[in-house]
Amino acid sequence: MHHLLRLFVKRLALGFLTLFVVSLVIFMSIELLPGDVAQQVLGQSATPENLAAFRRELGLDQPPLTRYLDWLEGFLQGDLGNSLISGLPIRELISERMYNTFFLAGFAALISVPLALVLGVVSALYRGTALDKSINVLALTAISVPEFFVGYILVWLLAVEFALFPSIANLSEDASLGDRIYRTFLPALTLTLIVTAHMMRMTRASLINLLALPYIEMAKLKGASQRRLIVIHALPNAIAPIVTVIAINLAYLIVGVVIVEVVFVYPGMGQLLVDSVAKRDFTVVQTACLIFAATYILFNLASDLISIASNPRLLHRK
Amino acid sequence: MNGFLYELGKAPLTAKFGCVVVLVYILVAIFAPVLAPFGESEVVGYEYQPWSAENWLGTDSLGRDMATRMIYGARNTIGIALLTTVIAFLAGSIAGFFAAVLQGWVDQLLSRAVDVVISIPTLIFALLLLTIFGASVTSLIGVIALIYATFVYRIARAVAMGIVVMDYVEAAQVRGEGLWWIMRKEILPNAAPPLVAEFGLRFCFVFLTISGLSFLGLGIQPPAADWGSMVRENASLITFGDLTPLIPAAAIGLLTVAVNFIVDWMLHKASGLKT
Amino acid sequence: MKDTNTPLLTMQNLQIEGLSEDRWKPIVKGVDLSLVKGEVLGLIGESGAGKSTIGLGAMGYVRDGCRFSGGSVHFDGIELTGADRETRRNLRSTRIAYVAQSAAASFNPAFKLINQHTEFPVRRGLMSREDARKDAIELYRQLQLPNPEEIGFRYPHQVSGGQLQRAMTAMAMACRPDLIIFDEPTTALDVTTQIEVLSAIRNIVEDFGTSAIYITHDLSVVAQMADRIMVLRHGAEVEAADTATMLNAPKQAYTKSLWAVRSFKSAQKVPVAADAVPAVSLRGVTAQYPAMKTPVLNNVSIDFHAGRTVAVVGESGSGKSTTARSLMGLLPPVQGEILLNGAPLSPQFRKRSKAQLQAVQMIYQMADTALNPKQRIRDIIGRPMTYYRGLKGRKLTEEIRALLDDIELEPDQYINRLPSELSGGQKQRIGIARALAAGPKLVICDEVTSALDQLVAEGILRLLDKLQQEHNLAYMFITHDISTVRAIADEVVVMQHGKIVEQGPKAQIFSPPFQPYTDLLLSSVPEMDPGWLDRVLADRAAKRA
Repeated sequence: MHHLLRLFVKRLALGFLTLFVVSLVIFMSIELLPGDVAQQVLGQSATPENLAAFRRELGLDQPPLTRYLDWLEGFLQGDLGNSLISGLPIRELISERMYNTFFLAGFAALISVPLALVLGVVSALYRGTALDKSINVLALTAISVPEFFVGYILVWLLAVEFALFPSIANLSEDASLGDRIYRTFLPALTLTLIVTAHMMRMTRASLINLLALPYIEMAKLKGASQRRLIVIHALPNAIAPIVTVIAINLAYLIVGVVIVEVVFVYPGMGQLLVDSVAKRDFTVVQTACLIFAATYILFNLASDLISIASNPRLLHRK
Repeated sequence: MNGFLYELGKAPLTAKFGCVVVLVYILVAIFAPVLAPFGESEVVGYEYQPWSAENWLGTDSLGRDMATRMIYGARNTIGIALLTTVIAFLAGSIAGFFAAVLQGWVDQLLSRAVDVVISIPTLIFALLLLTIFGASVTSLIGVIALIYATFVYRIARAVAMGIVVMDYVEAAQVRGEGLWWIMRKEILPNAAPPLVAEFGLRFCFVFLTISGLSFLGLGIQPPAADWGSMVRENASLITFGDLTPLIPAAAIGLLTVAVNFIVDWMLHKASGLKT
Repeated sequence: MKDTNTPLLTMQNLQIEGLSEDRWKPIVKGVDLSLVKGEVLGLIGESGAGKSTIGLGAMGYVRDGCRFSGGSVHFDGIELTGADRETRRNLRSTRIAYVAQSAAASFNPAFKLINQHTEFPVRRGLMSREDARKDAIELYRQLQLPNPEEIGFRYPHQVSGGQLQRAMTAMAMACRPDLIIFDEPTTALDVTTQIEVLSAIRNIVEDFGTSAIYITHDLSVVAQMADRIMVLRHGAEVEAADTATMLNAPKQAYTKSLWAVRSFKSAQKVPVAADAVPAVSLRGVTAQYPAMKTPVLNNVSIDFHAGRTVAVVGESGSGKSTTARSLMGLLPPVQGEILLNGAPLSPQFRKRSKAQLQAVQMIYQMADTALNPKQRIRDIIGRPMTYYRGLKGRKLTEEIRALLDDIELEPDQYINRLPSELSGGQKQRIGIARALAAGPKLVICDEVTSALDQLVAEGILRLLDKLQQEHNLAYMFITHDISTVRAIADEVVVMQHGKIVEQGPKAQIFSPPFQPYTDLLLSSVPEMDPGWLDRVLADRAAKRA
C-alpha cells in the first residue's frame, strides 16, 4: 500500500508540474510575438504617450518573470486581469460563459459515455457480424466529417425541416433547467455524435485486445459463458483502458465545444475564445486557453490515478 | 506500380473506392484552372443565386460561382493540409529517430518538451499561437505543423524504439557502424511502412483541424477559396433549407473517409503478413 | 486401473481448418485417435504439427479463425464438433480440463489463485465455497506447493512460474475431470523446475486415475509421462504405439530421424598447449546494471582458444548471456578486464578499434530479429566484408557466393532473397554467415539452436563444427540445453546467479565426482528412458535420507 501511495503522489506531482509548465508556456508565448505588443494592438497610428500608457497598464515595462508571478498570483486569487481590447475584467466576461460551456460538455458527456461504452462492448462481442460492421461504418463516417458538418446537418434536419429545436442556442441568464436543456439540445447532440464515435471505436479496440489474452481463452476453456467472460473475467482488467478512453474523450469534448459553440452561436467560452483570437485580445485568450488546458490536464491526471488504483500488480505487491 | 495495381485488384471494395476518390480529388486539384468555369474570386452575378446551367451550384454571399470555388478549394485546402503534414512528418520523424537511437539526454529533452505541448489540447494551442502570429497561411502552416510534429515525434520514436531493440540493430552498432548508417539502412526501411499508414491518418487530422480553423475564420484567409471558409460564409442559407453550403463540408468528409479506408486496408495487410 | 474396453475419447478423421489471408487452409488433416479411461496419450511433433489444435479439439474448441471441417470427436458418447454451445460448456472444468503452456499468462491477473480455482466447482454446484477452498488447499499440498494453506490467497504475479504451473494443474483437478489436456506445461520452465512439475503432474494424474493428453515437442519428457505416444507432422499422424515400442522400435523414417537427433558429437581435440595465448579471455569480470544494487556478473574468468568451443551453461538468470554482453562491450565491466590475444580491450565497444570489433562476432538466438527484414542476403552478408575488409564489386560478390557455398545454401538461388523468403534454419545459417563474413577470431553463439526444431538444430551444430575446423575459430557457446553441450563442447563453464560454479574440460565436468549444482542440473535433464523420472526421484530421496 505504501508503494501505491508513493506512485499516486508521484503522478499527482507530475500532473501539477505539467500544469505549472503549461501555464508558463501560455503566459510566455506572448514573448514570441514578433515586434512590440503595444504597437501590434494599438496599430501604427498610436501616439508614443498612448503606447507608454498601454505598456504600464499591462506591466510590459517589467521583466517577464515578475509579470508571470503577478499574473499567477492574481489567477490563484481569482483576479484574472482585464481584457486588452474592451478593458472589462476577464472574470466577468468568463464566469457565465464557463458555466454554459461546462453545462454543454457535461450534457453531452452524460449521454455519450454510457452510449459509447455499450456500443463498444456490443461491437466487440459481435465483431465481424453485420451489426458490428454497420456500427463501424457509421462511426468512421462520424469521425471523418468536420464537426460543423454534423452540426449544420442537425440544424437543417431538426430545426429547419422539422422545427423541433431552435437553430440558435441563445440562453438567457435566468433560463429554467428545462429550457436550458431544450435550447442546448442540438449542440449537445452534435458533440455526442462525434465523441461517441471516437469513444466507441477506442472501447472496441481495447476490448478486442483484451479478449485475445490467454487468460480469457482459459476462462472459455473452463466453461465460462459469454456474459460471464465479459463481466467477470474481462471487465476488471478493462477498467484502466476504458477510463483512459473516457478521459481522452472528455478532454476531446472540451475542444469540440469550441467549434460547436460557433455553429450554434452558443454563449460559451469557445465562442469567446474564437472572438478574442480574431481580435487578438491576448489576455482573454491566455485565460481561456489556460482554463481549457487545465481541464484537459486534470482529466488525464484523474484517469492515470484510476488506472494505477485498478492495477492488481500495483495494488498487491510481491 | 504494377505490384500496387495488382494488390489493389485484390483489395476490398472500400479500399478501391478510397483510391478512386483520392485520385479524383488529386486530378481536380491539379487541373483546377482548366476545370473551373470562372476565375477563383471572380464575381459573376448576384449573391445567393440558385443552381443553374451557368452557375452549377449557384453563387455565394459575394456573388462568386460556388462550383468554381469548390474546384479551387480542392487545390487550396488539400494543398495546404498536405504541405503541413509533410513538414510535420519530416520534423517529427527525424527528431523521433534521433531520440530513439541516441536515447539519454537528447531523448529526455525532446520527449519532455513534447509532453508539454501534447498536454495542451490541439485546437486550443493552435488558437493561442495563431493569436500571437496572426491568422495568415504561413503562420497557419507553421503552427499546425509544429503541433502535429509532436504527435509524429511520439509515433516515430515508438516505432524506432521497437526497431532499435532488434538484434540486427545491435549487430550493426557492435560492428561499429555510424549513426547515419544505422538510421538510413537499419531503421528507416523498417519504420517506413507503419509511418506511411500513420501519414494517412495524420493527414486526416491536419485536414480536419485546418478546415475547422478556416471555418472559425482563423485559417485560410479570403479571398482564397477554401472549403472550411465557404461553409462559414454561406451558412445562413441552411436556415432557409438550402444545403448548398454543406457541399464543401461533405467534400471534406468524403476525402477523410476515403483516406481512412485506404489506411485501414494498408494496416490490415501489414498485420495479415505477420501471421 | 486402466479400463481398456470403453474409450473415453475418440476422434475419427478429425479435420480442422484455419483462415489465413482470406482462405481456409487445413491445419489438422484427418486424425484418428482413441483414449481409454485412465490412459495418458502423448502427442509429439515439431512446431506446426497441429498438436495444440488437436488438444483443444478434444474439448470441442477451436481458436478464433479456425473451424472444424470434417470428422468427429466423441467424448463419453457425446459428439462435440456438432454439439451446441451449452453442451460443450457444461463439459468443461467438470469433465474435461485444460492446462496451458504459460500459467503466468493464463491466470487472470485480477483475482487470487484460489478464487479462480473454486470458480467452477462452486458454480456447477459440486461443492460449497468452503469445501472447494479446503479441497483446493488439499490439492496444493498434493502437488507439493510450498505453504499450501496460504499460496492460494496470492495473486498470480506474486507466485513463481513453476508454482503457477502446479497451481494450474490443481485448478484443472478441481472438479475431478475425466480428462485433462496438458499443452506443453513445462516448456517455459528451467530444467530444475521442470522436473518438480513433471513429477507433481504425474503423481496426481495417477492418484486420481485421470486420463490425459500430454502435448510436448520434447521426446524425453513425453517418455516419462505417457502410456502411449502419437507422432504428428504437418497435421497428420505419422505413427502411434505404446511408449516402450515407440521408443525402441519406431517404424517410420521420420520418427527414426527424430529419435536419432542426438547422435551428433564433435571430434575429440588435443588439449590446448599450456603456454598458448587465448584468442580472447575474460579476467575476473564483474558487471552491474546501473539501476541494480547487486552485480549481475561476479568475478567471471574464461579463456577462449582458437579452434576450441567453450560451452557456457546455466538456467535463466544465471548470467550466461550477460557474460557475452560484457565481452561484446555492451555492458562494460566495472571490474576485471577483457583481453584480445593477450592485449587489453576497452570495456566499451564504442571505444574499440575496427580490428578489435572485427575479432569478436555474435550469432543470435532468434534469427528473425537478428536479420534486417528489409535487407537482401547479399547486403546482410556483404556489409561486414565491405566494412571490415574493404571488399567491393566483383571481389565482394565472389566472396559472398563462396560463403553461401560454405553454409550450404545455393548462391544463385539465395543471394538476392529477403530473410522472409527463408526457413528458420536457413535464416540461422545466414546469421552464421554474417558473423563469418567479418573474419572473426571468436564467435559467440547465443542459444543459436534453441528456437529451432531438433532436426534443423542438428544441421546447424554440424555446420558450426565444420566451420570451426575450416577457420580455426574459437566458439563461446551459450546454452541451457545439456545435450547440446555434450554434442559440441570442449570445455564447459557452469554458471548460477552470475557466478561460475564449475569450469573445466567436458570429460571432467560430465563425470563423477560432481559439483552439487552441476549434479542437480545434469540429473534434471530428462532422458529418453521411461524409467528416468522414477530413478532420479528415488536417487534424490535416497540422498536426502
